[in-house]
Amino acid sequence: MVARPDERTQPPVRPTKGGAKDRWVRRAPLLPALIFAIVVTQVPFLYTIYLSTTSWNALRPGDKPFVGFDNYVTVLSDSRLRSALVNTVVLTAGAVIFSLILGLVFALLLDRKFLGRGIVRTLLITPFLVMPIAAALLWKHALFNPTYGLINGIFGGSTDWVSSYPKAAVITTLVWQWTPFMMLILLAGLQSQSHEVLEAAKVDGANAWQIFRRMTIPHLRQYLELGALLGSIYLVNTFDAIFSITQGGPGTATTNLPYEIYLTMFRKFEYGEASAAGVIVVILTIIVATFALRVISSLFKMEENR
Amino acid sequence: MRVRLQNSIWGIAAWVAGIVFVFPVIWMVLTSFKQEADAATNPPSWFFAPTLAQYTQVFDRNITPFLLNSLMASVFSTILVVLLATPAAYALSLRPVAKWSDSLFFFISTKMMPVVAAFLPVYLLVKHLGMLDNIWTMVILYTSMNLPLAVWMMRSFLLEVPREVLEAGEVDGAGLLTSIRKIILPIVSPGLAATALICFIFAWNEFFLAVNLTATNSGTSPIFLVGFISSEGAFLARLCAAATIVSLPVLIAGWVAQNKLVRGLSMGAVK
Repeated sequence: MVARPDERTQPPVRPTKGGAKDRWVRRAPLLPALIFAIVVTQVPFLYTIYLSTTSWNALRPGDKPFVGFDNYVTVLSDSRLRSALVNTVVLTAGAVIFSLILGLVFALLLDRKFLGRGIVRTLLITPFLVMPIAAALLWKHALFNPTYGLINGIFGGSTDWVSSYPKAAVITTLVWQWTPFMMLILLAGLQSQSHEVLEAAKVDGANAWQIFRRMTIPHLRQYLELGALLGSIYLVNTFDAIFSITQGGPGTATTNLPYEIYLTMFRKFEYGEASAAGVIVVILTIIVATFALRVISSLFKMEENR
Repeated sequence: MRVRLQNSIWGIAAWVAGIVFVFPVIWMVLTSFKQEADAATNPPSWFFAPTLAQYTQVFDRNITPFLLNSLMASVFSTILVVLLATPAAYALSLRPVAKWSDSLFFFISTKMMPVVAAFLPVYLLVKHLGMLDNIWTMVILYTSMNLPLAVWMMRSFLLEVPREVLEAGEVDGAGLLTSIRKIILPIVSPGLAATALICFIFAWNEFFLAVNLTATNSGTSPIFLVGFISSEGAFLARLCAAATIVSLPVLIAGWVAQNKLVRGLSMGAVK
């Protein structure tokens, strides 16, 4: 069930107004983790902001002059970043939506008793456990390959899937890996439905479709939101699949933001521009995350009021 | 009767879906037991004399140090994560600090920040310190990568410790250490194990940081896989063998922990 903030998701012990010593005793166990997270994630980011105001190409010797917002102007007026942004949205949204749909279908299949249900569940989560880079290479070489790939081997034809449908190829691989994740979340949602209420609806003459439409889907809504949210957090960072299946191509057809910044950093060595792009990504993330955090908080609240 | 028939139709549909969906993995394992000549064929060869030749080849190409590097990075970062996250989760649940929810959301927000955004300074610093291609660098970075997940997850497990029992212990004069040992640990240890397992999985599978920060000395298993492709000639069967080997630890871990998987991946939000 979604963490039920009954009396317990709220801290059972209300923070009391103790003396300074008591407050530090309470804080002490938190500090190592907090300091570690700040040092390893926030400090580098502040340095990124500084770097983004310098003109620095690692291949060019000499100093790194301060150039203000020039890098931002370069990056924002460069069509590559815009297309990378669009690609990121398309790839993330495509993968999240299709894996949610497929995950819902699988969850519905698993939500009833049949012989070997445990085995089928194990089969269905397996793709999620395959190392992502191994999965990407497997799809590229063993399934999508035009001459000896399994897809053309079974269905005939000689389509070069990766170069003809690069985005679809990447999304397919991502959907294959992430469907189990969505399935597990939605299955937990389905199993938290109250059986008595469903039975009562049946007794009242509701048919299966009506029950699904009117009761199951509304009940699943928060689980769908949670799946979409967490899926997006993970999938926005997709790098492995792009790196190994398409290298961002053909052209820039599948270059997403992580891959674009990677190219700016390690192929063009434009450290200043890469930093500016990084800062822009963080600003965009903050916008999306503010929205996302609101969803998370409302999930907790919704449970509280239930 | 009708219900039973209906159920078995659903059962068959589920079985078919499961087998089709997992088929790429089955195909990977099948291919890994083929000779290269049988691997890259059209139509695909379904019957063949199985051989372990590809696995021998993969070990001949020295996959072992890569596996050991992965093991080191994953195990040590997981230990560090658990050591940092458990006390922090305690301070955010059972004996909460004043602004516990701010800290909690700070942790999750570090997870939302794309790795690439802050990667350049990390890279420059690591290079400056001469720590490129060093496994301890990976340990530190994987720790920070998994920390938010572990804090959220451990917190959700700690909240399951019944408050009455804790209070009763306090009344009976149990000190902090006693109540941790006698009350908290027995209740949260399955959760602790699940947290550790999921952190292990993410560290084991990580690619972006590994490909940019490691080379020959501390390359992890994903790096071995990628390096493998550039080789000339037929490589499909060997690739499948290598992919099977590097995926196996996580496959086993995930199968064993599948009941806890969803809770960990949703950071404790779904039980």
